[in-house]
Amino acid sequence: MVRLQVFQGERVSSTAVRSAAIPVVAVLLALLVGAAMILALGANPLDGYRALFIGAFGSRSALADSAVRAMPLLLVAVGICVAFRAKVINIGGEGQIIAGAILSTVVALSVGDLPAVLLIPLVLIMGMVGGGIWGAIPGAMKAYLGVNEILSTIMLNIVAVQIMNYLLRDPLIDPKEIEQGTRIPQTERLPETADLPILLEGTRLHLGVVVAVVAAVAGWAFLWRTTIGFRVRAVGHSPHAARYAGMSVPRMTMLALSLSGALCGLAGAALVFGSQSHRLITDGSAAGFTGSAGFNGIVAALFGGLHPLWAIPSSFLFGGLLVGANAMQRAIQIPSALVVALNGLVVVFVIASNRIRDNLRKRVVDG
Amino acid sequence: MAEFFTASVLVTTFAAGVRLAMPFLLAALGETLGQRSGVLNLGVDGVMLIGAFFAYWTVLETDSRLGGIAVGLLVGLAMGVLYAVVTLVFHAEQGISGIGIFLFGLGMSELLFQELVGTPFPIPALTEVAIPLLSDIPGLGDMLFNHSLLVYVGVVLVVVFTWVINRSTFGLNLRAVGENPEAADSLGVSVVRTRAIAILIGNALAGMAGAALTIELGTFQNNLTNGIGFIAVALVYFGAWRPLGVLAGSFLYGLVTATVTQLKVLDIVSGAAASLTTTAPAVLTVLALAVIARRTASQPAALTVPFERRR
Repeated sequence: MVRLQVFQGERVSSTAVRSAAIPVVAVLLALLVGAAMILALGANPLDGYRALFIGAFGSRSALADSAVRAMPLLLVAVGICVAFRAKVINIGGEGQIIAGAILSTVVALSVGDLPAVLLIPLVLIMGMVGGGIWGAIPGAMKAYLGVNEILSTIMLNIVAVQIMNYLLRDPLIDPKEIEQGTRIPQTERLPETADLPILLEGTRLHLGVVVAVVAAVAGWAFLWRTTIGFRVRAVGHSPHAARYAGMSVPRMTMLALSLSGALCGLAGAALVFGSQSHRLITDGSAAGFTGSAGFNGIVAALFGGLHPLWAIPSSFLFGGLLVGANAMQRAIQIPSALVVALNGLVVVFVIASNRIRDNLRKRVVDG
Repeated sequence: MAEFFTASVLVTTFAAGVRLAMPFLLAALGETLGQRSGVLNLGVDGVMLIGAFFAYWTVLETDSRLGGIAVGLLVGLAMGVLYAVVTLVFHAEQGISGIGIFLFGLGMSELLFQELVGTPFPIPALTEVAIPLLSDIPGLGDMLFNHSLLVYVGVVLVVVFTWVINRSTFGLNLRAVGENPEAADSLGVSVVRTRAIAILIGNALAGMAGAALTIELGTFQNNLTNGIGFIAVALVYFGAWRPLGVLAGSFLYGLVTATVTQLKVLDIVSGAAASLTTTAPAVLTVLALAVIARRTASQPAALTVPFERRR
């Protein structure tokens, strides 16, 4: 709990302990509901959860897979933390991931074989630029036109997927796919120097994971150690007071959504260049490329109490759950989609329990 | 392009557009009611997916299409109970709890589909009911008056909702609760009950919209809705919280979808270009939102604000 005190800058009290326990209880509740569903479907939940746990955390390669799966979740989660501190809800993670993937892919294809030391930073930055633009549009629309960001980001998700589908079916399609007439919507093999290097021999753990963790620390430092970060939080906390203190509310709103988008875009680039096929591929849907990271990242952020550093273990946990779900499917033949449903329940439980947490706080304050 | 502009193609495309508009319309009408009471439900897509699966399963097992629609409606109602508790009892942040409901519906429908069905067997479509006399009008008859029951239900609901919201006592309470819950409460209107009814009806319609979708497409697959529920939420803003506006927006989506499909079938546009055309309604909606946002007066003042009586 000392760590919690450092992270949140709050007085450690029994309330803080209890409020930190709420997400954990939410996950346990969701797992309990999951167990009931597994039972109802005629399988043994204990066997299922054991397989899930071993599949997620039971070996070196399982841990590496979980970390790789957690990478986009963490980047999205940090973005959600930044946006949420400015009182902006970014539901556009899916579109921003795709925008980052598209821009970084296009750049990698057009510059060709640069040395890795140049190309890798270049594609990652392009990912951030792509996602940042896709976040800045709803940001500007909210800040200057008053358009609800939830709606504009949802619409931009749809637009991004279709742009990706268009590009991969026509201008960016691998020429071989046309020659062979198979027409699978995917790019050619991207330049090898852009491959994110594998960090642990014999596993899939790549540089993107480290980038994500660094981004989380940077997100924390930005919010709590810089003046602009302070302004972002001030605007989120009390727009009127912030305005009175001379801060520009629209500018901070736009900044928060752009940064949030940039982090998602970085995830998109890391997904492409850390992928095993080293191509950008679409199956027509957003989830086919993102693995719904734009939404699951929200789960991880909430579970981490909307704090960038807590998002690290939280994303790792949910990445593990998603990886372990496949092992569970193999062991007890319960579709891995169960974990997606449980993630949804975790969100509902955590968000519903905020009121309980507030009541606890009030009781302590009132004596 | 000339082959698209023949009378018969235009008529079939328009008729398909009307049918395709129904899932949007039903879901968006339900959401309109909820938002007028001050509750945003972002989980529509998830509710649609669960509703769609159970409707599909029912039709597959019993062969009863109307039974499927009824089941979709009931499943939506059950999800509504969950959302009402989360929103009204626990005062959860509505934008995010909706994402939870969406993920739950997405995972649950896929889980159940793979576990209980596995293969996307086709199911029969609803039979068309021709309206006597009107359906005999050349062109117009096939476009508007020779549809499945669902289409008529959808259009009738627009009229009913317009009346209920603007003319009935419940509608007055609904608007009061959505605009100024404190004032409504002080006059003895139960905020919680009014919002609960709006949430329940809204979710039931979302479930029914899912049923309409699976029956219209004649099959089920993972993530069948592909975001229709999210678009439905946006359509409520697009339609400025009025059932007639929502109807217009739904038709727009239905017609664009049908036109793009038709152009692809006729080989006028390639599959690649078609996916770009599909974004037209989304872009249009964003632009419309930008224009509508200036007239913020039309948005229920207490939208997404939980109500708690001051002690």
